[in-house]
Amino acid sequence: MAGNEGERPALRRRGAEIAVALVMLALAAIIAWDSVRIGARWVADGPQTGYFPLYIAMLVGGASVVNLLRALLIPREKNRTFVEVRQLKTVLTVLVPTAVFAAVVIWTGIYAAALAYIAFFMRRLGRYAWWKVAAMSAATVLVLFLMFEIWFLVPLPKGPIERWLGID
Amino acid sequence: MEEIQSLLQGFAVALTWKNLLFMFLGIVLGVLIGVLPGLGGANGVAILLPLTFTMAQTPGGTTTAIILLSCIYWGALFGGAITSILFNIPGEPWSVATTFDGYPMAQQGRAGQALTASFTASFFGALVAVVMITFVSPIIAEFALAFGPPEFFSVFLLTFCAFIGMSKEPPFKTLASMMLGFLLASVGTDTVTGTLRFNFGSIWLLNGFNFLVAVIGLFGIGEILLTLEEGLAFKGKDAKMSLRVVMETWKELPRYWMTAIRSSAIGCFMGVVPGGATPASFMAYGMAQRFSRDGERFGTGKVEGVVAPEVANNAAGTSALLPMLTLGVPGSPTAAVLLGGLMIWGLQPGPLLFIEQKEFVWGLIASMYLGNIAGLIVVLTCVPLFAAILRTPFSVIAPIIVVICAIGAYTVYNSIFDVWMMVVFGVAGWAFKKLQYPLAPLVLALVLGDQAEASFRQSMIMSQGDLSLFFSNLLVGSMTTLAVVLLFWPLIALGWKKLRER
Repeated sequence: MAGNEGERPALRRRGAEIAVALVMLALAAIIAWDSVRIGARWVADGPQTGYFPLYIAMLVGGASVVNLLRALLIPREKNRTFVEVRQLKTVLTVLVPTAVFAAVVIWTGIYAAALAYIAFFMRRLGRYAWWKVAAMSAATVLVLFLMFEIWFLVPLPKGPIERWLGID
Repeated sequence: MEEIQSLLQGFAVALTWKNLLFMFLGIVLGVLIGVLPGLGGANGVAILLPLTFTMAQTPGGTTTAIILLSCIYWGALFGGAITSILFNIPGEPWSVATTFDGYPMAQQGRAGQALTASFTASFFGALVAVVMITFVSPIIAEFALAFGPPEFFSVFLLTFCAFIGMSKEPPFKTLASMMLGFLLASVGTDTVTGTLRFNFGSIWLLNGFNFLVAVIGLFGIGEILLTLEEGLAFKGKDAKMSLRVVMETWKELPRYWMTAIRSSAIGCFMGVVPGGATPASFMAYGMAQRFSRDGERFGTGKVEGVVAPEVANNAAGTSALLPMLTLGVPGSPTAAVLLGGLMIWGLQPGPLLFIEQKEFVWGLIASMYLGNIAGLIVVLTCVPLFAAILRTPFSVIAPIIVVICAIGAYTVYNSIFDVWMMVVFGVAGWAFKKLQYPLAPLVLALVLGDQAEASFRQSMIMSQGDLSLFFSNLLVGSMTTLAVVLLFWPLIALGWKKLRER
């Protein structure tokens, strides 16, 4: 349906292009600045540590300026949607839990975090019954545990629950 | 024929029960990875790489480990076609061209025929590339033994220039993305002098950015975010495979011998010069369309239109291992991940590998023949199974893939910081993909950055800063010139066209 609220663009292409080019420019500037600080000149024993990165940073900067200018020159009628509101919402409902998952691993260990993450995902996006959610997430975590800790001998981060169970 | 003898020894190495078991395991995992959204050859191999760390410690274990990983790659190369044909969703970028004729065939109820043609074509392309690797790589390796820093730098330069010149994406975006890879590679320890740089006092950044983590984030998490945007349901066609369909398709295939030969030539060339499998498949499709007798009916479900890109992408994907083995310069992101594996196991890729690790190299080459035969058997017999996996709802598959990606990112260096970086790279991958910034050059630059910088600086020390060193002899000079030609290829092609029009 045209004019539907969900299909309204959250961000247009030009905005996205400009944002990416500016982030790249900022990264280039940081590296260029630090290269000069640690020495980017040619001395008696050859190029200094910052010599090569300085030129690379200049190339990133130059290419980003071109990309920035090209983005600014996108005509209004060609400024297509980069992401629709509805799409952005879906992406964020996944991205935010994923970021939280990555952030809490340091305290909870990977198994507990994975259990909660898979359960949340299945319940929220898949709307499965609780018993299915519990069974699936527990089974996955158990298989992962057996595979990494026991068969392939790769220890993964563990938290208070594993310590309490005495398997850390 | 020395190569034949070495190859036979290689078969003796590869043909143990343990290696055959891991070969089939790798193929099945690879096809699964190729079929699942968010998992592809490069990040699939990256995630499973840590599983081989303990394996590689045992005697002969490195050969088993590389067989496992390379077979995952072959499986992914085969598997990409399944989703293209049945679901009209390319599982891998290089199977986009396969959807053009493959999906129409599936709509007409000829999915079995399309899949058989695609798998057989893949097998043919890979086989041609492996034969080329068998006979060409010892020659290149021997030749490369005499390479010094300037020669190596000109090979790197050739690699990077080829990417910019051959890329389908806007050239300045390719340049920006590649140089960003170099910048990320420069963070951490300066490999020439050993001094720290760009870590801004952070202990997390001491080791720099790991490219395996970048691969997992960019291709894995980024791909999942993209898939989510498209909606959560897959609607696919059914595949009915039977021995009769396979036999009938095989009877028809020899008719396209010319297309197959042309496509494998394109594929081998594009794989060695790191243009990659994706442009190779498009180029092969375009050429087949131009030269075919009923080229105008391409896109409506022609077997030839499935054969051409599939031969080319497998030939390219396989021959990308040639520069990796002989020069230590990977031709594709997945080859880069395999290269990373070699380095973690303590093997130094490059020409010396052919002398110091003869068993390993020839075991690997022999396993390429066996792995592709195994791959053909697995995909022909198990298609319905893999298609069924694709019908599992995304809301179940996606979180499991994310968790596996996180574990993969963590296990590379046992660092939780890498899990955070994976999420950052995921968002970057999502934005880059949507804005047509190519990801492969970024990954290759991140892998090769330190070596490229080291060879550049060593050359500069040799010549005391004189850039004409890169034109000082015939070999270096011709490689550097070729690099510059490839860099400006789009402009040269345009100028040539203008000149001819006059």
